[in-house]
Amino acid sequence: MYHRYVVVALSRRKPNEGKELTKEEKQRLRKQKKHQKKQKERKNEKGPSETEKDKTPVSLLPPPQPVATQKAPSALPAPASAPIPVPASAPFHSSPAPSPADKPAKSKAELKAERRARQETDRAAKQPGSSSSGIKTKVPLSELNPVVKRLPEHVQVDDPAVVKRLAKKLERQQIPLRSDYGYKVSLFSHLHQYSRKAPLTQLLSIPSTVIHPSIVRLGLQYSQGIVAGSNARSVALLHAFKQVIRDYTTPPNEELSRDLVNKLKPYISFLNQCRPLSASMGNAIKYIKKEISNIPSQCKEEEAKTKLLTCIDRYIEEKIVLAAKAISKYAIEKISDGDVILVYGYSSLVNNILCEAFEKSRKFRVIVVDSRPRLEGREALRRLVQRGISCTYVLISALSYILPEVSKVFLGAHALLANGYVMSRVGTSQIALVARTYNVPVLVCCETYKFCERVQTDSFVSNELDDPDDLMVTRKGKTQLENWQDVSSLGLLNLVYDVTPPDFVDLVITDLGMIPCTSVPVVLRVKNLDQ
Amino acid sequence: MDKDELVEYFRTQVRQDPEVPSAVAAIRTLLEFLKRDQTGETILGLRENLTQTIRRLEEADSSVAVSSGGELFLRFISLTSLEHPDLSQCKKVMVERGELFLKKISLSRSKVAKLCHTFIKDGAKILTHSSSRVVLKVLESAAADKKRFTVYVTESQPDSAGRQMADKLQNLNIPVTVVLDAAVGYIMEKVDLVIVGAEGVVESGGIINKIGTYQLAVCSKAHNKPFYVVAESFKFVRLYPLNQQDVPERFKYKADTLKAVEDLAEEHPMIDYTPPSLITLLFTDLGVLTPSAVSDELIKLYL
Repeated sequence: MYHRYVVVALSRRKPNEGKELTKEEKQRLRKQKKHQKKQKERKNEKGPSETEKDKTPVSLLPPPQPVATQKAPSALPAPASAPIPVPASAPFHSSPAPSPADKPAKSKAELKAERRARQETDRAAKQPGSSSSGIKTKVPLSELNPVVKRLPEHVQVDDPAVVKRLAKKLERQQIPLRSDYGYKVSLFSHLHQYSRKAPLTQLLSIPSTVIHPSIVRLGLQYSQGIVAGSNARSVALLHAFKQVIRDYTTPPNEELSRDLVNKLKPYISFLNQCRPLSASMGNAIKYIKKEISNIPSQCKEEEAKTKLLTCIDRYIEEKIVLAAKAISKYAIEKISDGDVILVYGYSSLVNNILCEAFEKSRKFRVIVVDSRPRLEGREALRRLVQRGISCTYVLISALSYILPEVSKVFLGAHALLANGYVMSRVGTSQIALVARTYNVPVLVCCETYKFCERVQTDSFVSNELDDPDDLMVTRKGKTQLENWQDVSSLGLLNLVYDVTPPDFVDLVITDLGMIPCTSVPVVLRVKNLDQ
Repeated sequence: MDKDELVEYFRTQVRQDPEVPSAVAAIRTLLEFLKRDQTGETILGLRENLTQTIRRLEEADSSVAVSSGGELFLRFISLTSLEHPDLSQCKKVMVERGELFLKKISLSRSKVAKLCHTFIKDGAKILTHSSSRVVLKVLESAAADKKRFTVYVTESQPDSAGRQMADKLQNLNIPVTVVLDAAVGYIMEKVDLVIVGAEGVVESGGIINKIGTYQLAVCSKAHNKPFYVVAESFKFVRLYPLNQQDVPERFKYKADTLKAVEDLAEEHPMIDYTPPSLITLLFTDLGVLTPSAVSDELIKLYL
């Protein structure tokens, strides 16, 4: 039960602590184990041994003589002290007995840290090669230990043990490790921060025998931001996988269903290194892996390949294209004549809805809100104006100024979490908050394939840090932040996502219909039943 | 069975038994139509006819309950039609199940009353709005449980339905006071809890009820008094209003007004929408639900 809390607390610790405590921890561990052994032996003895229990937390390696000398003065206060039976379980309580000279009374945090270190050593011993990264794996241990849910490695960057494990895994898969860039703000030091000028592909050897060229191209497109937006990324991923499947040949003495899945693992690690996978991509990959493993072994290779290709095509068709049509149908009911609709950034789904509504001759106008450094709203503005929709363009700082005019807010989502929180482009939660204070209804449009089982209540625990150099702006030939790396107290933070609580969202439009934000776990449950 | 016969049948149902919920009367009418219908050749044709019938009934009585009852019946039909592709057999099964369904929902009001009356403590002061038969049933069972409480009823203009409620409560020997609609804020500090009925429960967990309910809800939230809604499950409707304006026009006004008047902007709406954030609990025959659980139940009923 303690493990889960321990692992969460880890991600918030300062980076220095990990190194300082390791040696001390190991010492304490050894001492602890000896305590417990001694206590178990001495439990049967009574009388003077009770006082020893008080003292055993203090010393152990030194032979019993110094303990005997200490016993005498403590013989008087010892019988008086009530917690004599308590020290039997001393490791879990800070001992009220005279505190040992060389160590402070054990606090709960230190005890947890010891337990965690024990866990890490156990884990490292057990698994020389870990399973696929990025996806939480449930490790079913015996009934004595509770189920341990491991954190994905991309939120544990400040933990050197995890980083080492990842490096070993990537080495095995022959994929270069991308190094972090620049000073990271301490609150987000548990996340990766890469520079766009150092793409992973530079470190690859040519020709790369491990990674398929379409995957290399895809990775480069992701890291340079050429393919952006969750739908676009998922579709590009699925197309690249289709190419991989087309070029795949089963090696002799291998089964397609198992070998292909193993072939995909290094690709996924590579793409993860180029840019952390989104929730929609995660769900798509889960689906493909399931389909591949469900291929019967008697199936001929050509047949299996065509089957997989049709599966992928159908997935794209159903979950993305048709879902968009269904969502537009529901959303158009909510758009009435004379509406002033506010949109933020560029969401392919919301754009689709607005264009369809305009085609159905609804009279409305749009306000596009944009923010630096991505300025994605300009793309949305361009597309809407091309259709002939009357638009206004503002930056997010003018939000409270234009909100009194707005009748509805339409937002896209990157993912919908299991507790009803909406994960979307940074700035979305701000828009939802201000819209709530003005009593403007907020509608989130999201396909069901973006629903994920994760639970998050704040934007710190799991996020993505973009290239900090993007925040530099050159005006009139001068770049103020040019030498930001030289200033030791300066950090640049370029967040990509934030989470919006369900109280700020009035309605979620999905391909299954219109649901309140709190019903996301119901949909997940229904989906799991279908599968 | 043509249009007028249908409407006549529906009106007779309501007249004969004033206690019957309008949704139940609508479902009975539809079942009768199903029994007498000879023109349907295919299931799709049958569905078409039923949809048209429902629309005609809505013209006769524009309340949300009729719409929800009709949709529920239609949903229930579609599920049956999936199991039995043969039309005549399908019809027989439908009629049987329809009767069973009617029997079940006639008991729903007592189920609701049983759940809710335990929330009324001895010496409680209750505020209610307009005339609701479900609320009456709840108060009846609480009185039968030997609980002592007083009731304040809002007058609920323009039809003074609150006075009828007050008369009915007096017949049950419950001390009752009629207050003005405008006196809701004044009386709120005296009351312990607010119980209202609902004409329709929407997907978000909010309710559609007689005009004045929203005010009542806002006042009770401001005074931190619990706001309870009692409604049977056949009142769950597949609407999702975002605000007052988003409620479709066909529910806001009485059926006669819709037909007679040209410019609806001049008319006073008869219902309003109360958002789920103002509702504490909903008592239904499916159990005691929080507003967010309503969507869960709806998904189970309709998906």
